[in-house]
Amino acid sequence: MNDVKNTHPVYTIKDFNLWYGETQALKNISLEIPEKQVTAIIGPSGCGKSTFIKTLNRMVELIPSVKMEGSIHYKNEDIFKPNAKVESLRTEVGMVFQKPNPFPKSIYDNIAYGPRIHGIKDKKTLDEVVEKSLKGAALWEEVKDRLNENAFGLSGGQQQRLCIARAMAVEPEVILMDEPTSALDPLSTAKVEELIHELKNDYSIIIVTHNMQQAARISDKTAFFLNGEVIEFDATEKMYSNPHDKRTDDYISGKFG
Amino acid sequence: MTPKKADKIAVNVLYGLSGIIVLILASLLTYILVRGVPQFSIEFFTQPAKTFEVGGGIIIQLYNSFYLLLLTLLISTPVAMGAAIYLSVYAPQNSFTTFVRTAIEVLSSLPSIVVGLFGFLMFVVQFKLGFSILSGALALMIFNLPLLTRTIEDSLTAIPSSQREGGLALGLSKWETVTRIILPAAMPGIITGVILSAGRIFGEAAALIYTAGQSAPALDFTNWNPMSITSPLNIMRPAETLAVHIWKINSEGLMPDGPDVSAGASAVLILAVLSFNLLARYLGKKIQKKITSA
Ligand SMILES: Nc1ncnc2c1ncn2[C@@H]1O[C@H](COP(=O)(O)OP(=O)(O)OP(=O)(O)O)[C@@H](O)[C@H]1O
Ligand SMILES: [Mg+2]
Repeated sequence: MNDVKNTHPVYTIKDFNLWYGETQALKNISLEIPEKQVTAIIGPSGCGKSTFIKTLNRMVELIPSVKMEGSIHYKNEDIFKPNAKVESLRTEVGMVFQKPNPFPKSIYDNIAYGPRIHGIKDKKTLDEVVEKSLKGAALWEEVKDRLNENAFGLSGGQQQRLCIARAMAVEPEVILMDEPTSALDPLSTAKVEELIHELKNDYSIIIVTHNMQQAARISDKTAFFLNGEVIEFDATEKMYSNPHDKRTDDYISGKFG
Repeated sequence: MTPKKADKIAVNVLYGLSGIIVLILASLLTYILVRGVPQFSIEFFTQPAKTFEVGGGIIIQLYNSFYLLLLTLLISTPVAMGAAIYLSVYAPQNSFTTFVRTAIEVLSSLPSIVVGLFGFLMFVVQFKLGFSILSGALALMIFNLPLLTRTIEDSLTAIPSSQREGGLALGLSKWETVTRIILPAAMPGIITGVILSAGRIFGEAAALIYTAGQSAPALDFTNWNPMSITSPLNIMRPAETLAVHIWKINSEGLMPDGPDVSAGASAVLILAVLSFNLLARYLGKKIQKKITSA
């Protein structure tokens, strides 16, 4: 998994800065995120990881004080250009949150939610999407007999995989994940990690994690953030065996963070 | 005094205070029901009121109360809903929206007799709607809107933002997130709020005296032509409600059995308001359970 192929970038970020009011949270970020690979974002608490991935689907703009500068291209399209439709960006770029947030509906309706909103009405098509997404999220076997039960009855790990399935159901190109396993037990974590490994055949995945072993296990490339800056961005294997920057080395070897 | 002892005293005092409140409520209820329920009879619920004789009923006033309630809810719920959605989802935090919120607070503390007089000048006189159900419903809307907007807004803001973010992240527009995620999730709270406001509307008298009027023309319950003065559906006819009827009997009633009719009507009113409250709790709980049950 660690051979970094020379693929097209799915995201090209250039000289990007972001402020919450007066405080700068992202400083001069320039990155190219590869397609159909897993990119891990690591760094100590408060360094801007969440801010960064929320910028990629423009969720960060929900906070009124946010000001931005610089450019981000998704597949050669400027995501901030005046006539860009944020809804279609978010249809192509799914997101999984730190805490599972299923809707208070049945398992089936949670998955069918996005497709229905995007106009799919046919029951058979929906059935297929639901099954495919749940299988994709490695949840099908566990829930296939209780699709009409409320999603709140699932365990935390199952809920998180349900949210991954929900994101997959609208057939995105990219899935953003913000510490998707931090609220899960080790067993569920292992399942989600395994799933991420499978998913990269079809999706570009950008995952924030606090857990360095996790980043090492699942990612192809890693970006190390510190105080809003990208200190180092490289193939995961290289970064872990032979980091460029002393601060990366210190963080990875657990000297701070 | 040790903290533990102070704590114990405080708990006992609070206990006593809540006990007093329950006691007052219980004795009030008992008094009204003991005095009023014996007046209940088939005639009481099926006959129109009598002005000079014994044995008048309350059918028309009871009907008027429900009809007015229905109309008021039909007018005020959509308005309150729109205002609450705007305030909780769209409104920016600026001096204008702070002003709107303050205005709502002030409006909610207006005495209802003031709302009634305003309704009289505005709807009855200025808009020439006369003493009518419509004037009454509009006055009750003003009386009801502030609190209803507040309760709906509270139920909307109680929905965790993670739900909203979940919807937006799926590519839903802001409006779709409101209608398909926030509103359904807030429905138990909204329904409870609407039913509780129904209780307040049902018992309101002061706002209606000069708007819906103090007379109850005879109704023909087989007449469904909404233009006819005897039709129950007509919204331009004056319509004394149950609460206004009670006030009227006690201030200028001429029937010899006035105190009895008033006691009976009060019991009906209390029972209706009470059942609105119980219904609100029951429905709220039930929907909540349906939404969150596994
Ligand atoms: N809504 C906000 N308003 C103001 N400042 C914010 C807001 N959200 C985040 N920040 C600030 O921006 C910086 C980056 O925050 P961010 O949440 O992106 O960090 P993070 O790397 O995800 O941290 P963690 O690992 O704890 O999740 C922090 O200094 C934080 O205090
Ligand atoms: Mg974070």
